[in-house]
Amino acid sequence: MRGILALGLVLAACAAPSRTEPQVEDVTVFAASSLTDAFARAGDDFTKTNTRVRLLFDFGSSSTLATQITNGAPADLFASADGANMQKVVDAGLAKSPQTFASNQLQIAVAPGNPKRIAGLADLARPDVVLVLAAPTVPAGRYALEALGKAGVTARPVSQEVDVRAVLNKVSLGEADAGIVYVTDVRSAGARVAGVAIPEQHQVVARYPIAVVKDAKDPELARRFIDYLVSPEGQKILADFGFSKP
Amino acid sequence: MRSERPPLVLAALAGVGAAFFILPLAGLLYRAPWQTALAELTTPEALTALRLSFVVSLAATGLALLLGVPLAWIYARVRFRGRDVVRALTTLPMILPPVVGGVALLFAFGRRGLFGQALDAIGIRLPFTTFGAILAATFVAMPFLVLTVEAGLRSMDRRYEDAARTLGADRWTVFRRVTLPLIAPSVFAGAVLCWARALGEFGATITFAGNLPGTTQTLPLAVYIALETRPEVAIMLSLVLLAISLAILVAMRDRYLRAF
Repeated sequence: MRGILALGLVLAACAAPSRTEPQVEDVTVFAASSLTDAFARAGDDFTKTNTRVRLLFDFGSSSTLATQITNGAPADLFASADGANMQKVVDAGLAKSPQTFASNQLQIAVAPGNPKRIAGLADLARPDVVLVLAAPTVPAGRYALEALGKAGVTARPVSQEVDVRAVLNKVSLGEADAGIVYVTDVRSAGARVAGVAIPEQHQVVARYPIAVVKDAKDPELARRFIDYLVSPEGQKILADFGFSKP
Repeated sequence: MRSERPPLVLAALAGVGAAFFILPLAGLLYRAPWQTALAELTTPEALTALRLSFVVSLAATGLALLLGVPLAWIYARVRFRGRDVVRALTTLPMILPPVVGGVALLFAFGRRGLFGQALDAIGIRLPFTTFGAILAATFVAMPFLVLTVEAGLRSMDRRYEDAARTLGADRWTVFRRVTLPLIAPSVFAGAVLCWARALGEFGATITFAGNLPGTTQTLPLAVYIALETRPEVAIMLSLVLLAISLAILVAMRDRYLRAF
């Protein structure tokens, strides 16, 4: 009986939001998994001044998110880690004029103290190095292959993870000796991993576009988060997490 | 069974309930590229995943038979302290989210895991290997076999075992020559269920074993990865899994799986 009563209360609460409190609007942001920490902080900062907005984040690989959006997922904003997946959404007529708000670079994530003495991309081909990459279908995986190609290295990863955060986790858990991730991922992992730089000539620059998704509940409100991201305050937070200027 | 006219409310709700399961399948069938179905299924990525999935799921079933039948026998025949707790622990993966199972496997048998460190020291590595994928599949699928066989053992007529024993057969002989043949239908049903569950394993595999075509990328993982770039392949592979599951349920429904 009490269960039924509780269920009734929940249903009532869903059906009729109380009128006395100020209306809070949800903005659903589909964002590349590499943006996880930076967007969480940026979201907190944004909602300090925009108190009537609640940002709901859905982080995943840009390719998964693009597939979900083109199949009708109710996103208000889409932030991709590459132009290609944004283009998929634009081509489907579901977003217009994306705006680049940040860029990122690659780094090799290794165990703290770099016990395997990995000095660069060439070491990733060593047989004693357990290497994990992101799947070639997701941006981080494609960028990693691009960087390895530039360096003329043929690496054999033991796993192609579903997104870049899964690569980072495999390294921070100690299951893999090395993984190619974004500079920002290494930074967000703190002491759990160390980063090995990739020289300029082999480097790949990832540019992050963001756009309001067609059929957004409140495009004006969604737009405000984009404006915030490109504002000096937003850019400062992104820089704190290791992102570069767009 | 006597057929009855259902009350309108029941019929309506039951209709919605059935549609909830049938509509997603219809969606898959609707989007399936029938013209190129065979071509999609014979792409190298699809074939690799199909082959690996059969190896992994069959090996997992074999492992489950080897370890699960004895476990079921102990649960059905031996009274010991903590039996209910042990049985609950070993059947937990039936309702545990598979990803949690994968994380647990990683912390036990991963390179830095509780037992993984010792394994690593003698040169055995499980994550990122086909054997790791087999272990992940066994972990989630074996409970189905154990419970089915245990039910078979509890419901069998034990007088045959008593007869064999009075005729001088030792315990091992009784198990081998009398018990096993009598519970063969349960063992078969349990093995098929276990195999079907192993074939569909995703969460524990991707968490514990990773995802590499030909080594650990089983059918469900291939579906997930292909969905973003080659949706036609993903749909056809999904239909293969669906057809197998459906065939198993239909074929076994009346004969063995009355409880399901």
